[in-house]
Amino acid sequence: MDKGRIIKVAGPLVIAENIENAKMFDVVEVGEQKLIGEIVELRENKAAVQVYEETSGLGVGDPIVSTGAPLSVELGPGLIESIFDGIQRPLDKIKEVAGDTITRGVRVDIIDREKKWEFKAVKSEGDEIEAGDILGEVDETVLVKHKIMVPYGIKGKIKKIKSGEFTVEEIIAVIEGEDGKEYKLSMLQKWPVRQGRPYTVKKPPIIPLITGQRVIDAFFPVAKGGTACVPGPFGSGKTVIQHQLAKWADADIIIYIGCGERGNEMTDVLQEFPELKDPRSGEPLMKRTVLIANTSNMPVAAREASVYTGVTIAEYFRDMGYSVAVMADSTSRWAEAMREMSGRLEEMPGEEGYPAYLSRRIAEFYERAGRVECLGKDTREGALTIIGAVSPPGGDLSDPVVQATLRVVQVFWSLEDKLAYRRHFPAINWLTSYTLYTDSFDEYYKKEIGSEWKEMIQKSMRILQEEAELEEIVRLVGLDALSPDNRLIMETARSIREDFLHQNAFHPVDTFTSFKKQFQMIDIILFFHSRAEKALKNKVSVGDISVLPIREDIAQAKFIDEKETNKIDELKKKIDEVFEKLEKESSNG
Amino acid sequence: MAKEYYTVSEIIGPLMLVENVEGAKYEELVEIELANGEVRNGRVLEVNYDKALVQLFQEPRGLDVDSVKVRFLGRGVEIGLSPDILGRVFDGQGKPIDDGPEIIPEIKRDINGSAINPYARDYPAEFIQTGFSTIDGLNTLVRGQKLPIFSGSGLPHNQMAAQIARQAKVLGKEERFAVVFAAMGITFGEANFFMDDFRRTGALERTVLFINLADDPAVERIATPRMALTVAEYLAFDMDMHVLVILTDMTNYCEALREVSAARKEIPGRRGYPGYLYTDLSMIYERAGRIKGKKGSITQIPVLTMPEDDKTHPIPDLTGYITEGQIVFSRSLHRKGIYPPVDVLQSLSRLKDKGIGEGKTREDHSDIFNQLFAAYARGLEARELQVILGEAALSDIDKIYFKFAEEFENRYIQQGEDEDRSITFTLDLGWELLSKIPRMELKRIRPEYLKKYLPKFLKEEKK
Repeated sequence: MDKGRIIKVAGPLVIAENIENAKMFDVVEVGEQKLIGEIVELRENKAAVQVYEETSGLGVGDPIVSTGAPLSVELGPGLIESIFDGIQRPLDKIKEVAGDTITRGVRVDIIDREKKWEFKAVKSEGDEIEAGDILGEVDETVLVKHKIMVPYGIKGKIKKIKSGEFTVEEIIAVIEGEDGKEYKLSMLQKWPVRQGRPYTVKKPPIIPLITGQRVIDAFFPVAKGGTACVPGPFGSGKTVIQHQLAKWADADIIIYIGCGERGNEMTDVLQEFPELKDPRSGEPLMKRTVLIANTSNMPVAAREASVYTGVTIAEYFRDMGYSVAVMADSTSRWAEAMREMSGRLEEMPGEEGYPAYLSRRIAEFYERAGRVECLGKDTREGALTIIGAVSPPGGDLSDPVVQATLRVVQVFWSLEDKLAYRRHFPAINWLTSYTLYTDSFDEYYKKEIGSEWKEMIQKSMRILQEEAELEEIVRLVGLDALSPDNRLIMETARSIREDFLHQNAFHPVDTFTSFKKQFQMIDIILFFHSRAEKALKNKVSVGDISVLPIREDIAQAKFIDEKETNKIDELKKKIDEVFEKLEKESSNG
Repeated sequence: MAKEYYTVSEIIGPLMLVENVEGAKYEELVEIELANGEVRNGRVLEVNYDKALVQLFQEPRGLDVDSVKVRFLGRGVEIGLSPDILGRVFDGQGKPIDDGPEIIPEIKRDINGSAINPYARDYPAEFIQTGFSTIDGLNTLVRGQKLPIFSGSGLPHNQMAAQIARQAKVLGKEERFAVVFAAMGITFGEANFFMDDFRRTGALERTVLFINLADDPAVERIATPRMALTVAEYLAFDMDMHVLVILTDMTNYCEALREVSAARKEIPGRRGYPGYLYTDLSMIYERAGRIKGKKGSITQIPVLTMPEDDKTHPIPDLTGYITEGQIVFSRSLHRKGIYPPVDVLQSLSRLKDKGIGEGKTREDHSDIFNQLFAAYARGLEARELQVILGEAALSDIDKIYFKFAEEFENRYIQQGEDEDRSITFTLDLGWELLSKIPRMELKRIRPEYLKKYLPKFLKEEKK
């Protein structure tokens, strides 16, 4: 019988013939070194294979064998705190085996097979169970209770279950299936990456993901279970925003995908996250994080797979009932990987050489986000948020990847290099960015901070928009031509920009602002504004208002520690006093 | 003995098709022997059944389809390495051109290298003093960083690169330091400038040069940076040296890549450059860095000339997405006679925060940086206003900033081609310039630093 053999090698693409039992998207082992590849096209007895490792040295006639299974991830205790490459090989273990560089054909266990975990059964023998039901729990880290769920497709009665110390491969429960079969379950499961994990029902998102980033939480919030994108040219701070969200967002689990980006950035995350403390729990951030790193110089096909690997792991934690956030930096590199493979396959290109299925793939990826009712009888809820960075060439938003992304995501944070040059960070343009979620959060706002919040935000936004219009006039005829009311608008808008929107990611206090403090900060700025409006009516000059030293106190509010935020509210009294004094002076003089 | 083939069927530009080949491997090194005995090289770009597509490393002139002999060598493109390599000059393919002896290799390495495991990387954090105020003070370079110079034709990027190579040092440490220099498609004059400069300053003996000139075959330059970086990796991670790699001019490299891609009739991406340009560039730039547990480091300064000074052109654009910042040159500063003509507002070093501050440079560095930056930006706004409305329209404070911008350009940015400024000098110069601005305006500097440093400079003013 014919063996599978290679007939063509062109970069990461290999064409082979006579692969036994070749099915689309099955994993194959390529060459003597058994490099990992995936079948992406079948034509009669020929298969096109994208190879996830360097292909140099492969030649015509080299063997190729199908594993008969699609590209899958391993799921179980031991995922948290890991750093994987694009096809879920742990980079720390690769280093142990292969040294400082990534060598080909390295095989290591994805999830540690030796480590014992303390499994606590929550179900008992004789219980009726179905897919998604939680059998027991493992304390994976101080922050994450890893829930062991009944795998998809199994329904029946528990015949045997025991608590105790187990490795991920040891049997923890035996199920007598409805179908009469006996299922022996361990804590380890597999799931194909290109297929979304099932859930009972999807629901509209209603709770914002609080990120501690003022411009995002206040003006352009993203929902738990929502989607957002951050396009921007280089140097505009995409990666800093992604890092900030990964650090401070109030999700239970963070999956950070470094897709085709810089190696040193991943090292930065690796060194920083174990040191940084979660503001809510006080534990190191790494204890809730999984990293996927496929840097730009690592094989391009694995880059294509990395976003799927990441989102599948995220879905697994979502199914436990957690709120999970996925940061993908950058989806443009993922799209470019698709383009490269498509070009090698000699497919007819769409826009800018990207494949015609680009926007479908992007939409499918973002659609894996959502707030869902998970499988299982306890109807628990999980949420999966996806935040993708996009790196359009030259910062040009007409780029096909940006356009395809904007069609599906609900939140758009528009990064501008002009703002970055002015050192306004985060460089999110407040006039062009948008969110489609604001109305969904009414209930949440009412309950958490007060229903006036929405009005305050709308008012602030109006001031910023008026500023943009007035700026045109100022540029033509100068500041002096404005009426006092308009000049006050300009002053307040500047205060909103500099004292609220501007946030220093590297300042220990400023890097994270609680929702409550954000409310107080906006409140004090608007309070000053309306008090000033009143003063203007009482004949106080806008020049006098603009140089009031109390404005410096408002500017310093961002540096007030979260524990002392009452200091912000105390400012109101001072502001009142200052204005009363001004008004008295102006009526006397 | 490897099999020899006389079965060349096509030669198109830098590509050659060989038929009836058995067992050729992807990326394999190929030797091509001409009828007159001359030997050239190439590498396998694609194997398809019994056909091998070979990319030539030299120009195709003189090749024919009948008499040319082709040998597949069963290994990738390698370069021989030994400590004797320091002080030597090679052509774009790694052949010595300095009349010295052939290198007797201790080891041979594939020039493609392999990706550093992100887990094995160490984060760059050691300040390198280049002696330039615009870099040390505002766009601080650290060991293991890749910081390109975005220049334009006719701008003095070579002078700056040579000066950095001459002056770069880490403070307070005597360490082994080397420069690897790869020239791709630059003119004889430019290459000569570098050689002379290295010879004059005695830097040549700790330098390895790869020279591919403008009239050398373009395809040769595709291998040049890879050879240079393989040498750099050897010096850094085998010999524990701190290596500065200068790659100039990356624009020529990218054009060579485009030429090969076009010859293969690949679907082009933007402006005819291949869709994999990003990946290809990253394979070069990402070879900078530090590795945990290793003493040495590789710092890269790629130089590229932006066509039409356009930063959104694919080459600077993709480079900016990979490198950790950029030094951007400004033609208008150059016209004013300011050297180096660094556009401070557009330049950026992403790793600067880790390399500055107490114990590295000085505690006040970050504040000084922010304040200078803000003041210069404000000064430029004032200048713009002055151009439109005339000097009379400027308010008093605007006039101060206007003057500040002038002085900043003439004294802080501007420096001599042999002027090696210490970081203390650069920081103090910053203070001196800022001392002309009313203290109320210096909001970005912490009050304790204002108290500690400012009086010294105010006094000097009065004398």
